[in-house]
Amino acid sequence: MNYIALKMLFGDRAKYLMLLCGLTFAVMLIVQQGSIFWGLMIWSQSSISNLNVPIWVTDPGIAQVDEVKPIADTSVDRVRSVPGVEWAVPLYKGLLRARLSNGEYHQIILAGLESSSLIGRPAEILEGRFEDILQPDAVALDQWAVERMGGPDVMKVGTIFELNDRLARVVAIAKTQKSFTNIPVVYTTYERAIRYVPRERRTLSYVLAKAKDGVPVEEVTRRIHEQTGLGAFTAEEFGWKTIGWVLKNTGIGINFGTTILLGFIVGMAIAGQTFYLFTVENLRQFGALKAMGTSTFTLARMILLQAFTVGLTGYGVGIGLATVFGFLTARSGGLPFIETWQLLLLVLVALLAICTFSALISIVKLARLEPAIVFR
Amino acid sequence: MDSQTQPAAVRARGIVKSFGTGDTQVTVLRGIDLDIYLGEMLLLVGESGGGKTTLLSAIAGILDIDEGDINVLGVPLSGLPTGKRTTFRGQTMGFIYQQFNLLPALTAAENVAVPLLIQKIGRSDALERAQRMLDRVGLSDRAEFLPKNLSVGQQQRVAIARALVNEPRLLICDEPTAALDGPNGQKIMEILREVGRSPSRCVIVVTHDSRIFHFGDRMAHLTDGRIVSIEPIARKGTA
Repeated sequence: MNYIALKMLFGDRAKYLMLLCGLTFAVMLIVQQGSIFWGLMIWSQSSISNLNVPIWVTDPGIAQVDEVKPIADTSVDRVRSVPGVEWAVPLYKGLLRARLSNGEYHQIILAGLESSSLIGRPAEILEGRFEDILQPDAVALDQWAVERMGGPDVMKVGTIFELNDRLARVVAIAKTQKSFTNIPVVYTTYERAIRYVPRERRTLSYVLAKAKDGVPVEEVTRRIHEQTGLGAFTAEEFGWKTIGWVLKNTGIGINFGTTILLGFIVGMAIAGQTFYLFTVENLRQFGALKAMGTSTFTLARMILLQAFTVGLTGYGVGIGLATVFGFLTARSGGLPFIETWQLLLLVLVALLAICTFSALISIVKLARLEPAIVFR
Repeated sequence: MDSQTQPAAVRARGIVKSFGTGDTQVTVLRGIDLDIYLGEMLLLVGESGGGKTTLLSAIAGILDIDEGDINVLGVPLSGLPTGKRTTFRGQTMGFIYQQFNLLPALTAAENVAVPLLIQKIGRSDALERAQRMLDRVGLSDRAEFLPKNLSVGQQQRVAIARALVNEPRLLICDEPTAALDGPNGQKIMEILREVGRSPSRCVIVVTHDSRIFHFGDRMAHLTDGRIVSIEPIARKGTA
């Protein structure tokens, strides 16, 4: 009977294609929007992932990584004294304006790394040597700074610009994850960073730390918090905290959530309606099958097979199209697109729900169908 | 052969069936008693709305009756649960419909094989038997045709092949010639009589096509939900 079910499905080519299009569209929309949403969330905490350190210590009231709440300089030593901490270094992070030689101003994020270790430095360098930021007035840029501050002809190794009326000379260009706000990042040493910025009572933004081998990082963050009163987070915790803040304060979750929900509803409506029409138009045939001895259970199985066959085909095509879209857009770096297995699994569950819903409407109709219809 | 000396294959007693409730209730069958024997072709005739199709549906076990008993091949249909009744129908009955009800996506051979597939017979075996049955109705060269590519007469022949492929002991035909012109209707009835009739099978034909009355053995007249007469049909050339 599976054979008959599939022949019936593929035999009505117009309805099959309509069903397939509806489900493909739903899958593509959900995967595409879900991947862009997740890409944006990853971007929102790129300030954490780009520095690649396991523990972040700062003011306990911090809401997210880009909302800096300076803490006392002594915090570095207090963190170092906590048992289980292998090392702890200061990090300056703040907004500043850069003035280029052509007179243009650009807002930048200044990141000041501890000079002896350069912990938090980007992993990949595209041009120059990152260690050269130890030289006088030297800074490194991320590639987004090059893109946003005039392009590779204007911003390159050797370019000189001003930060708060002080000279800054580009010695390296690093490759980093784009940020949610896409503000360029300028790297220098911690000591030079606090000379660039206007005087403040407190200049330390974060203490970056690492747990000793064999000591769980969660245990060390708990100890840091208990012994210093500061907020201590694993990189993962801080990332989720930042994502949570973005979701709560920007409305982006509602925006993408609505689109994803619409994709789900439209997919369900198209699939449900088309599938129902498919069943209704074949009602006499189903009635004939029932009269000839096919049980309602077998008919239900046939309907489910049809629904899941077209559903899984739509799932494959939809994901394929969304992936091609993602590949093309992510390649240019213009749009974040991160397709995770969790998202694909979620979409599969959503799709199976759509198919089950569509099939159930038809199954209810068939269960109530009197085979006597064939004699009318 | 005098079929009425055998026990009845279908024995209906006191069949009552109504549709609707209250003021809109319509009683379609009003106490039907009927015996149908193996080896015979019984024609159920009468005016439209007289209850022919309802009685046919009741005998086939696809419509529950309000009162009375129907016994088919020794099995009391009214007492069978729906699932068992469906299985019983699949194993013992064949159906020919006015509108053929062929599955449009299946070829002629596949359509004929459907009752066998329902009985869980393997696809290749089922198709082989379907092909043989198509030979018997003269459509061996149309086995791979879709219904839309067959004439209406050919479609009804496919439907006959489908109804007979699992060797049913009760063949139920609802207006088998209603959608056909005169010559095609005659041909279908000839095929039905040649291929469908068998000493171990009874054939019930609902019809109001007087041109095919002579194919039957007996004719039952239904009027206003009652059988008003059951009489043997005289063959051409016989007194």
